[in-house]
Amino acid sequence: MSENTKLHPNAPERAAVQEKEYTILNLGPTHPATHGIFQNILKMDGEIIVDSEPTIGYIHRAFEKLAERRPYYQITPITDRLNYCSSPINNMGWHMTVEKLIGVQLPKRVEYMRVIIMELARIADHIVCNAVIGVDSGALTGFVYLFQEREKIYEIYEEICGARLTTNIGRIGGFERNFNDAAWEKIDKFLKEFPGVLKEFENLLVRNRIFMDRTIGAGPISVEEALAYSFTGPNLRAAGLDYDVRVMTPYSSYEDFEFAIPVGTNGDTYDRFMVRQQEMWESLSIIRQAIEKLDKISDKTTFHADVPEFYLPPKEDVYNTMEGLIWHFKIVMGETDIPKGEVYHAVEGANGELGFYLVSDGGRNPYRLHFRRPCFIYYQAYADMIRGNMLSDAILTLSSLNVIAGELDA
Amino acid sequence: MATLESQTIIDALEQQFPGKVVAVDHPYDFLTITIAHGSIKDVIRYLYNEPSFSFRFLTSCCGMHYPDAPQKFAMVYHLHSFTTNFRIRLKAFTNEDPPVFPTLTDIYKGANWMEREAYDFFGFRFTGHPDLRRILNMDSLEGWPLRKEFPLEDPFRKDKDDAMFGR
Repeated sequence: MSENTKLHPNAPERAAVQEKEYTILNLGPTHPATHGIFQNILKMDGEIIVDSEPTIGYIHRAFEKLAERRPYYQITPITDRLNYCSSPINNMGWHMTVEKLIGVQLPKRVEYMRVIIMELARIADHIVCNAVIGVDSGALTGFVYLFQEREKIYEIYEEICGARLTTNIGRIGGFERNFNDAAWEKIDKFLKEFPGVLKEFENLLVRNRIFMDRTIGAGPISVEEALAYSFTGPNLRAAGLDYDVRVMTPYSSYEDFEFAIPVGTNGDTYDRFMVRQQEMWESLSIIRQAIEKLDKISDKTTFHADVPEFYLPPKEDVYNTMEGLIWHFKIVMGETDIPKGEVYHAVEGANGELGFYLVSDGGRNPYRLHFRRPCFIYYQAYADMIRGNMLSDAILTLSSLNVIAGELDA
Repeated sequence: MATLESQTIIDALEQQFPGKVVAVDHPYDFLTITIAHGSIKDVIRYLYNEPSFSFRFLTSCCGMHYPDAPQKFAMVYHLHSFTTNFRIRLKAFTNEDPPVFPTLTDIYKGANWMEREAYDFFGFRFTGHPDLRRILNMDSLEGWPLRKEFPLEDPFRKDKDDAMFGR
């Protein structure tokens, strides 16, 4: 269509298009394609992004400040709301940080149970990310299909802690209760059924010509850049660096497990998709290994370490014994003694290294708590990654980075 | 994978930067070194470039506020060397207000938003930072929210007095 063609005889005269005139496009803050509250002011040359200016902080809730006023056990619900697609990993990471500070060694059984929950959470998170990559490239089927399985993971959480999304799962020192039979049944059922579904999802997308054309080469980042931007998790591994906290600094007995770290080469959307896809298979294998190891442990009742100063006593003790009542009161009021010191504990969250830098002055609340949030750190590369790409690739890049607003803004 | 001993790093730093290593500690087996305020960037650049260390990964950096201490403000850097799988924590204290630190954005690109966060919440200035603006809080916010004197709740509210519980 030439510049002066009118769409309708009554339409006003079009302004003459100037040479090199850029369009400013406001993507967000609330836009259905960004799956979260992200604002990007894009400078566009036609369909090509020349520059972008991200603004974040729309759901900032001052978690670090809030944490300075809360006793340790009350910070767990805050961590739920970081990466809310895999809350259990955040919860466990926080419990482990405090356990490190107070010097608690957990029984192997509890650590393996934690591994099961954390790997289920990783699968749930990767389901969201990969299914949404499909949606953003035009394939809604896989999304609807895979989200049914995510629902089953949520049902497992529900059996264990009663909650689904913001789980507040586990306690400092272990779990709030033993896994019941229904939970084990659901885990077994999930392990039987999910591989078939995941395979089918892969068949839909992995060698799909349209999907490959849309994702290969979209939003790439080189390994040097990814390292300079402090990328972690699947996004760093897709660029080609095999850094995984579970292997480099094992926690919760991850050193007992055999698993591979999938690594990509191009660091583009397709590689990120494939790395997450492969990680789901690895997670399934880790869960199976954990169940095997648990079967070998004859003790079937231990679900927490013996830390009366931090782990709430059972209710019958609270009502019937003096010690139980005292401990209950002290823990709930946050009056137990905490050592002075500073710890850094990192877990491999679904998006990368989720770190907790905790400084304690011995008081009832942390003196300072800093969350190392992987999303916040790698989202700053987004502007660089989409420069020169098409707008539709920018949407795909955003979903394949799996930027979760809760973790981004804390 | 090459292994690295804490003592190797401490010795190298003391030899390379005499008098600039203020304190060395190992809280929870995590090597923590306090560096004189003016030398922090040189030390980090040295740790980055020295081949046997190559701390190429900035895990995080964040501000600290100790209102009652002789040195009120600090930046805490967590670095990670992937070749040796060694983590190190560096601290630099200062008493000036507003506190000024050198930017690390020319060494680690990822420091950009981390330093903006430290500016946003503590009011730290970073010399040489390309784009030092608030990042999570609104631009019109007055004060520095993570400093200890900043009230968590509206100070004029009278209905939430629970002094009974020491809060």
